[in-house]
Amino acid sequence: MNTAVGATHPYIEALLKGCEPGHDRLSWLGERRAAALERANALTVPTTRDEEWRFTDITPMTRVPFRAAGATSRPGTTEIARFIAPEAAVRLTFVDGTFAPELSANAGLPYGVVVTNLAAGLVTHGSVIEQHLACHAPAQQDVFVALNTARLHDGAFVWVAKDQRCPTPVQLLFLSTQKETAAYPRCLVLAEAGADLTLIEDYAGLTDGAYFTDAVTEVAIGDGARVQHVRLQREAGSAFHIATCAVALAKDARYASHAVTLGARISRHNLNVRQHGEGAEAHLDGLTLIAGRQLADTHTLIDHGRPNGRSRQLQKCIVGGAAHAVFDGKIAVAPGAQLTDSAQESRNLLLSDKAHVDTKPQLEIFADDVKCAHGATVGQLDAEQLFYLQSRGLSLPRARNLLTYAFGAEVIDRIPVPSLVEELEETVLAEIQSAE
Amino acid sequence: MTRPDSKILLEVKGLHTDVAGVEILKGIDLTVRAGEVHAIMGPNGSGKSTFAKALAGHPLYKVTAGTATFDGRNIFEMAPEDRARAGFFLGFQYPVEIPGVSNTAFLRLAYNTVQGARGKDELDPLEFDDYVREKMKLLDMDVGFLDRSVNDGFSGGEKKRNEILQMALLEPRLAILDETDSGLDIDALRVVSGGVNRLLTPDNAAVLVTHYQRLLNYIVPDYVHVMDGGCIVKTGGKELAVELEARGYDWIKGKAAA
Repeated sequence: MNTAVGATHPYIEALLKGCEPGHDRLSWLGERRAAALERANALTVPTTRDEEWRFTDITPMTRVPFRAAGATSRPGTTEIARFIAPEAAVRLTFVDGTFAPELSANAGLPYGVVVTNLAAGLVTHGSVIEQHLACHAPAQQDVFVALNTARLHDGAFVWVAKDQRCPTPVQLLFLSTQKETAAYPRCLVLAEAGADLTLIEDYAGLTDGAYFTDAVTEVAIGDGARVQHVRLQREAGSAFHIATCAVALAKDARYASHAVTLGARISRHNLNVRQHGEGAEAHLDGLTLIAGRQLADTHTLIDHGRPNGRSRQLQKCIVGGAAHAVFDGKIAVAPGAQLTDSAQESRNLLLSDKAHVDTKPQLEIFADDVKCAHGATVGQLDAEQLFYLQSRGLSLPRARNLLTYAFGAEVIDRIPVPSLVEELEETVLAEIQSAE
Repeated sequence: MTRPDSKILLEVKGLHTDVAGVEILKGIDLTVRAGEVHAIMGPNGSGKSTFAKALAGHPLYKVTAGTATFDGRNIFEMAPEDRARAGFFLGFQYPVEIPGVSNTAFLRLAYNTVQGARGKDELDPLEFDDYVREKMKLLDMDVGFLDRSVNDGFSGGEKKRNEILQMALLEPRLAILDETDSGLDIDALRVVSGGVNRLLTPDNAAVLVTHYQRLLNYIVPDYVHVMDGGCIVKTGGKELAVELEARGYDWIKGKAAA
């Protein structure tokens, strides 16, 4: 049976071509994929008439007939070396959505730390995966999550056992090498109670052609566990990237996100953080640096579901050329989530007259004893600061670069991986200079 | 000391300047020679700071008439950074805070840019660190200021010390110090003035813009100019400052009107 026939939307139908459920060895996985496929068939491609996509027109993406990425000759280790963070002794590389063991390094991990591809993980850790996979990122309302789940055949699996600490950062590198293909990267990250993990999730392209990355990441953090999550979106310039990251926090869990968006023609990053236990803490840093005709949309949700939760969010966008950045940040406080302490700041820097930013903070508060601060600013480089630097001998372009760089540095400097801080500092300076 | 035979560093003739379409400077003439210290005094709103900023090239200050040559070059044809590289320095009345840019990185960038433009050697971070620490001693500055963002969260007095530190690093030929004394307590004033005095040589010159005579007890001027209503209405020696302190500005205003 070709289930894709029932798709409401021809574009979705095309993306689902060849996708058939029912081959899974594990019945629960088969059922979840089938349910996702059903949803994908029922949903349509979002348009700017949908509130959640109001500012983000993905029409250019729907003009490209993406096919599922097939087998291809893989890049060599030298080609991917520039993407690897030296600190990340443990890493998994996926090429066009397919696990590339020869480009990965996951041997010799200490007891209680597993970093492997999902297919292998299902053999050894099937029951724990069953409790989480496709449970945190619901496909119900989101066609791209549904597509990813319907296409789920492999992915990255990171598991840190109770009270264990992963000694080095874990890098998950997703590379695209073929034009006009779609890849469906999937990550499942589980930190059991008291565990500690630093994760680098990295998306990059080795082709100049248009390709599509539809990624879903699920992160579950147990009681008192801590996950530091660096996310780099440095896709090729004509790529399309739509990703959802769903994070579930148990009691006293701590989650820090450092999401940097640099690449892709059109990108969307949904980051949904839900505090399911008391006293959980989320720290969300975001930096978007775009120019030309790029569109980058960041949608975040911090759901304070239980009392004594804390969240801090700083989203910064540096927009040059005729680029368009979107930030939609929702803070929800459930009834009974008393003593929630939340602060959100959206700061935006426009480098040109044609640069555009839409920033939309949203608060939904259903508890009365809470602190929720939020603020948004949109501005250009400060003329007095520029003049001050010029009066000390710096050229105007140099002064602009320095100030733009300083604006982004606040987010970059907090990334817990020194080599990435250094690399991003250089990248940002180079991007800013080319945007002049 | 007045040096009628020494080289002219700055020559301003008939300078008119607008800010937001309002004429502030209405014909300033001033000649500063190497080795001289000038003070420009005057009541609030008389145009002192406008004069300083116009010479430094602030984009909001539009020169509508008049000329100014610095070391023989038309200063108004030079970009602000080129003025700095050529040896013109403005000590800001309100030094600008730049969060996210470390003071040491900023100071080194400014120093090396100006050194490079003058055909001199640049310093690497380690060499610069030694060099700047020496200069900071001159101003009794804590080295902790190197690691902070430029002027960010500095007290008024700390900002002024940081300005003079920049002057010490950039070694200007002409420094205009705009109300460097404001925000300084008496001890800080002594330290900062001492720093400025040590930077003055027969080859350079300073113009002190100030509201009060106090600063001039420490940095003794050769000339005192009084501005009012966008013009220099009186010029005298250092004794003029004492007279102003005693009598206020009204008697000069009256004179100007007459």
